[in-house]
Amino acid sequence: MKEYKIYIGLEVHVELSTQSKLFCGCKTKFGAAPNTQTCPVCLGLPGVLPVINRKAVEYTIITALALNSRINKNCRFARKNYYYPDLPKNYQISQYEEPLASGGWVEIKANGKTKKIGIERIHLEEDAGKLIHGEIKEDKDFSFVDYNRAGIPLMEIVSRPEINSPEEAYEYLVNLRQIVRYLGVSDCNMEEGSLRCDANISLGEENRMGTKTELKNMNSFKEIREGLRAEIKRQYELLSRGEKVIQETRVWDPKKKKTFSMRGKEEAHDYRYFPEPDLPPLFIDKSWVERLKAIIPELPQERFNRFIHQYGLPEYDAGVLTESKDIADYFEECVKFFPKPKMVSNWVMGDFMRLVKKEDMTKIKISPASTADLLSEVEKGTLSTTMAKEVMEEMFKTGKGASQIIEERGLKQISDEESLDKVADEVVKENPKAVKDWQKGKSQAIKFLVGQLMRKTKGKANPQLANKLIEKKLKNLSG
Amino acid sequence: MKKKIIDIDQVRYIAHLARLDLSPQEEEKFTHQLERILSYVEKLQELDTKDIPPTSHVLAVNNVFREDELSFSLSSQEALSNAPSRKDSYFKVPKIVG
Repeated sequence: MKEYKIYIGLEVHVELSTQSKLFCGCKTKFGAAPNTQTCPVCLGLPGVLPVINRKAVEYTIITALALNSRINKNCRFARKNYYYPDLPKNYQISQYEEPLASGGWVEIKANGKTKKIGIERIHLEEDAGKLIHGEIKEDKDFSFVDYNRAGIPLMEIVSRPEINSPEEAYEYLVNLRQIVRYLGVSDCNMEEGSLRCDANISLGEENRMGTKTELKNMNSFKEIREGLRAEIKRQYELLSRGEKVIQETRVWDPKKKKTFSMRGKEEAHDYRYFPEPDLPPLFIDKSWVERLKAIIPELPQERFNRFIHQYGLPEYDAGVLTESKDIADYFEECVKFFPKPKMVSNWVMGDFMRLVKKEDMTKIKISPASTADLLSEVEKGTLSTTMAKEVMEEMFKTGKGASQIIEERGLKQISDEESLDKVADEVVKENPKAVKDWQKGKSQAIKFLVGQLMRKTKGKANPQLANKLIEKKLKNLSG
Repeated sequence: MKKKIIDIDQVRYIAHLARLDLSPQEEEKFTHQLERILSYVEKLQELDTKDIPPTSHVLAVNNVFREDELSFSLSSQEALSNAPSRKDSYFKVPKIVG
C-alpha cells in the first residue's frame, strides 16, 4: 500500500480582548442582546469613517513578537469584497499584501522531539456578524443577523503546511492558545467563538503536496483532531482507489463524524482586494516595537524550564502549573510566603485546581498569602491534611483567612500528648476484643483502635501521634 | 481593429459579483460603454512607471489611531430602523444555508 505524507496548514482566528471594536467605540462584550452593540461605523452606514484601535494593533504586534515573527514596518489594510449578509458593508476590512507580521513559528513536541511549525503570516481584520439559521421555526426560509460581533478585532494566524498529523495539529493549537492567553490578548474561548480554526489538508509525497481541501466547522480542539483524521481517511481512500481529490471546502459534521462537501453552496472566490482608502497606512518603527517587546511576559516554555530549575519541581508539576499564567502566578506568590515549592505545588495542583475549575480564576477569594498560612498550619501539625482540605473549601466559599476558620470551627488538630493519652486509655479499655486480636497477631486491629480514637476526637487528633500512643498502650498491656 | 479590452462574459461575471441583474440589452450596452471608458483610461499605460511605487493613499499620513475607549452605540430599535425586513431584534435575510 502506498504511503502518503500528510500536509496540514491551520488558519486560526483569535478575537482580541479589547474593550471596543477595531474601527469604532462599540462594546465587544459576548452574549449581549442582539444588535445592541452597533453604530453607524460597524453597520456600514453611508458617510462614516473607521478609525483604528491602537490597542488592537499593539496586541497583534505583541503576539507576533511572541511567535518570533517579523513585524512589517509598513503595512496597511485592504478591502476584501464579497456579498454575504454577515457583512453589513459588503466588504471586510482585512489585510492582504502587507500584513502586520510575516514568518515565525510555534514549537511543539512531535515523537519526543521539538519541532517548529512555521507561521506564514499574522494579520488583523474585523470580525463579521453572526448568522442564525433555522432556530426560529415559522421562519424556516430566512436567516437572522446579529451585528454585535461585526467589527470586533480579529487576529488571523496562518501556519505553513508543516503540520504532518492530526496530533501535531492538536499540539500546535494547544501551544498557540497557551501563548496567546499568557499574553493576555485574548481569552481564546472556543465556545464563545473567540478562537476559531479552519484547516487545509492534503496527502502528498515527500516533497510535493497533493490537492488540498479546506475543512470548516470544528468547534473544539478535539473536533479539529477528529475532523482531520476523518478527512485524511477520506482522501486516502479516494487516492487508493485511483480517484482524485477535488479542491473544495468541506464541513465537519460532529454527529456523523464525517466531512461533507460545501459544493454548490459556495461562490467562486474573487475578493477583488484593494488598499482600504479610508484608513491611512501603518508605520511601525523600531522604538514602538521595542516598547512592546518590553511588556511581553515570560512565555510558557521559559517559565516551564525555570520552574524546574528554580524550584526543583518535577517536569509533570512544572507542566501543570505553567499551563495557565494565572495558576503559575498564584503558585509563585504562594512560594514567596511559604518557601516549600513541592508542598505548594502539591496543594495548588490538587485541591486548589479542583476548586478553581468550578470558578473563574479572577473571582478567586483566597489570596496566595492565606494559602501559605494554611500550608504552614499543616506543616506545624495544627491541621491534618483532611482538615486542611475542609478549611480550604471554606476559604474558597467565604474568603476568610485560614486561622479564622480554624478558630471558628474549632478545627485545631490535637497534638497535645497528655490529652490524647487519656483518650487512648479509654479506647483501649472500651475495646478489649480488638486488643485481644492484636495480641493474637492481627496487626490490622491497631487501625481499628486508631479509628476509634479519631472518632472520639471528631477527627481532630494528630494521626501520627494517635498511632504512636495506641501502639504504646498495646505494647504496655502485653508487655 | 484594436483588441477589445473587455468582453460580454467579463461584464456578466462582474455583474454577478456585484449582484446586479442585467437584461441582455443592458449587458450589451455596458460592455460597449465599459470598453470606451477603459480605452480612454488606457492612455495612462503609455507612462513608464517602472521605478514608481504604487500609490494607495495620496496624503503622507500614517498611524491615525483612536484609544481603546467605548463610545455610543445605537439601540437595537435604531439599528434596525432602516432594515427592509426584521424579526424581533434581528435583521431578517433570505436563507443562506441549505
